[in-house]
Amino acid sequence: MVWRPTFIVLNKKASISSVKSNQKNVSTRTLTQKWANEEETEMFAKNVRLFRQGKLSEDDFRRFRLQHGAYGSRLQTNYSMVRIKVPSGEITPEQLEKIASLSESFSIGSAHVSTRQNVQLHWVQLEDVSEVMRGLADVGLTTREACGNTVRNVMCSHFAGVCQSEEFDVTPYAKALARFLLRNPLCQNLPRKFKINFACCAKHGLVRIADIGLTSAIKDGTRGFKVYLGGGLGAASFIGHLLEDFTPEDKLLSTCMATIRLFDRRGNRENMARNRMRYLVHELGWDKFQKMVLKERSIVEMTTASSTARLFDLKEENEVMLPSKSITTTNKIIKPLPMLNEQVTVESPVYVRWLHTNVVPQKQEEYFTAFVTLGAGDITARQLRVLAGAIREFSIEGTARNTPQQNFAIRYIKADMLHEFYNRLSSVGLANTGALTIASVVGCSGTTSCNLAITNSHRLAKEIQSKFLELGLDTEDCLRDSTIKISGCPNSCGQHEIATIGFFGGASRIGAAMAPTYTMLFGGSAGEHGELGKGVMRVPAKRVIDTISKIIEIYKQERSGDETLNQWINKIVRGEGAGNVKNIENMKIELLPITQLAPIEQDAESYVDYGNDIKFTAKTARGECAA
Amino acid sequence: MNELSSKIKNKNSKNNHNDIKYKTLDIICDADTLRSLIRKNEVRVVDVRKAQDYLLEHIPTAVSLPLAQLLEKDTPQGIISILQDLGISDAMPAVIYDDTFGALAARVAWSFQYVGHINTALLELTFTRWKNLGLETEKKSNRFEKVNHSLNMNHTIYADASYVEHIKDQPGKILIDSRERLNFLTEHIPNAKNIPYTMLGSDDSILRSAREIKRYIENRGISTDSEIITYCGSVGTLSGLTYYAMKLAGAQNVKLYSKSFKEWKSLGKPKEEFRDANYWDLSAE
Repeated sequence: MVWRPTFIVLNKKASISSVKSNQKNVSTRTLTQKWANEEETEMFAKNVRLFRQGKLSEDDFRRFRLQHGAYGSRLQTNYSMVRIKVPSGEITPEQLEKIASLSESFSIGSAHVSTRQNVQLHWVQLEDVSEVMRGLADVGLTTREACGNTVRNVMCSHFAGVCQSEEFDVTPYAKALARFLLRNPLCQNLPRKFKINFACCAKHGLVRIADIGLTSAIKDGTRGFKVYLGGGLGAASFIGHLLEDFTPEDKLLSTCMATIRLFDRRGNRENMARNRMRYLVHELGWDKFQKMVLKERSIVEMTTASSTARLFDLKEENEVMLPSKSITTTNKIIKPLPMLNEQVTVESPVYVRWLHTNVVPQKQEEYFTAFVTLGAGDITARQLRVLAGAIREFSIEGTARNTPQQNFAIRYIKADMLHEFYNRLSSVGLANTGALTIASVVGCSGTTSCNLAITNSHRLAKEIQSKFLELGLDTEDCLRDSTIKISGCPNSCGQHEIATIGFFGGASRIGAAMAPTYTMLFGGSAGEHGELGKGVMRVPAKRVIDTISKIIEIYKQERSGDETLNQWINKIVRGEGAGNVKNIENMKIELLPITQLAPIEQDAESYVDYGNDIKFTAKTARGECAA
Repeated sequence: MNELSSKIKNKNSKNNHNDIKYKTLDIICDADTLRSLIRKNEVRVVDVRKAQDYLLEHIPTAVSLPLAQLLEKDTPQGIISILQDLGISDAMPAVIYDDTFGALAARVAWSFQYVGHINTALLELTFTRWKNLGLETEKKSNRFEKVNHSLNMNHTIYADASYVEHIKDQPGKILIDSRERLNFLTEHIPNAKNIPYTMLGSDDSILRSAREIKRYIENRGISTDSEIITYCGSVGTLSGLTYYAMKLAGAQNVKLYSKSFKEWKSLGKPKEEFRDANYWDLSAE
């Protein structure tokens, strides 16, 4: 019998009667979703005790710990980074408040938005991890399978549901798939970690750099996806391949199951450095891999019990009751928002600048999505609480999405509420401008907490952000579609390969001394047409800001017409520059005076990394990504 | 309010006799117990916030003892004279509160118990929480007749630097650093375990339940049978709160190193440092 899961058609004309007319008091919904399992809390506490008593080996304990989302901290095995999964990035005010309390009690008083829509708590004592898990379970959140060789957090574009160009809202699909795979025996012991990303449209989302990437598509009135397989960033990166022209929604689950099963069976379990699925695809060749997936899918369809398939339950995930059209909610006169499309300058009122750089209209008329700019994803407990209150008060949706740019997107805000929302954010330093511009710099945790990091990418990202905001670069629309992303090592957690200008950390010997440096890449991009950046040159950590400034200066001299920085850089990568700088080689020569360091005796400062007052040494320890 | 104040006034003369059977307090005094004791005029409520905050308003019948004032006279004789000046006799229950999550109150309570005023408790609520619950406050300053208080040193709850240094390798003796995680990571007394004070309170109370705190320390492999010495950054406030948390969890033998890490450093004693990570750069403010 051919397997056909029953799909419940999403009701796009959901009732809005539950939305009260006075927005300020709207409490639209409570998410009943439960990702947590309380028993795991007790189990974790028990295993920590057994480990401390020497009754559980270090290797067994590490595997267990990672399967439950606790990553070892930099050169300190007594502390963990607790990675909280936020499936599809959707997070409620209650959850944010709980994270605030847990960060104060057991972490460092702040939380961190990751590039894969997790929220991370750093420097949690191993003995307290179970207490964090206990608290998270109160609000339904889990850390299960956030690390380890499992299916990691299922990502979903933060625009899904409000995107002007999406075919339909993919969020319920992302959540249903995440729920189906969580704790599923199918993915408890994969050769390596496995990443799934959903996108609303061709432009948004990270579908080409995931093991499975899915973009919404419609064919002959049927919902479905464009499915990309075998992408991923890392020491060696690959762009995912399109499986077939169109994968109908009733084949979504079987396609994903087939891919995971194939990887589980055929993936490399020997060589840790080459055991992500992208290597398998690369080694077998795409054509062969593609055929194998399609064949495996038929087997899955023929052998999966319908009771199993029913565990993929879209209806469960579709509790959102939102207006699909505008509703009249207020007697206030709604002022138009000209600032969204008008040029602003550093002299513009800061609210206008914020509107221009942090707010976008939704496909739902009269509603807007506003972005909260964080510094490399850091947010304090106090800020989280104010943010939670603001979400309750100003978002009809009543939830937030965290973004791979390490910010929060607050959606469904009415135009006439934006100023008040802005004021609220501003009261706790959350109203920085530039969220959707070059000034929103991504930085992984780097040497602040990661064993693998060589440089303090986290601090560098924040330094660039504050410098750019000070210079007002967020107001320059020609820079707006450019991105800067930084990793502290070649392992791409900062997604440097999909940035317009990307950097990954390393160490360079200059004379007898070591200096913290970054390898700079040009021309990476995300989305369905995503490409990987090309290496340009090494830049000392303390010269990165000057280097970017110089690139912008050259661009402004040499651009043609209203070409953006991103367009111009891509032209240089292709060797098609129209001015003096035609290609990457020319660029290197231009930048050489800035990127070359004098001997340490003459420029000691450049041999010290950000956040340090001592001599730079490239200290790392075993990574746990693949443990 | 007025009614309550006048009742207190009427009862004042009666209570000057030393023949009352006073209530023996637990470590934490809840709001209802305190209100009942206030009504019976069988308690001395001690407000350890700044003098100007006390003058604005305070819990009915409370006397003012800003922490700084106690620290100025932080000798056994000095503390006895404070008790006497506040009209606190040997057996009279003393309930102490602050507006700093219980840490200032804890330091004062510990001092009282150190010189022998055992019947001392921490109010479970901070003043802000008390007020937010709509409980009674008053503005008038309270002074009570000076009484005698005997000195009866409780040496077992006190630790100094040489004691801390002396116990460092002894089994069954646990040193607890109450500072926040990043301060602890930066530097601490060798072998200390970190229980940040931030773990101890909840939204409703300055200390979580005994059950929870017991679980936290047992998670760390610390037995309540151990001798526990707490310290913090400077004057023993955060570690004072930890001192009471440990008592609440059932530890019998707890000591406060009241001069804490500030003194330890100034004496040039050994420290453990961790400089291989830039954890301070994770801070968002």
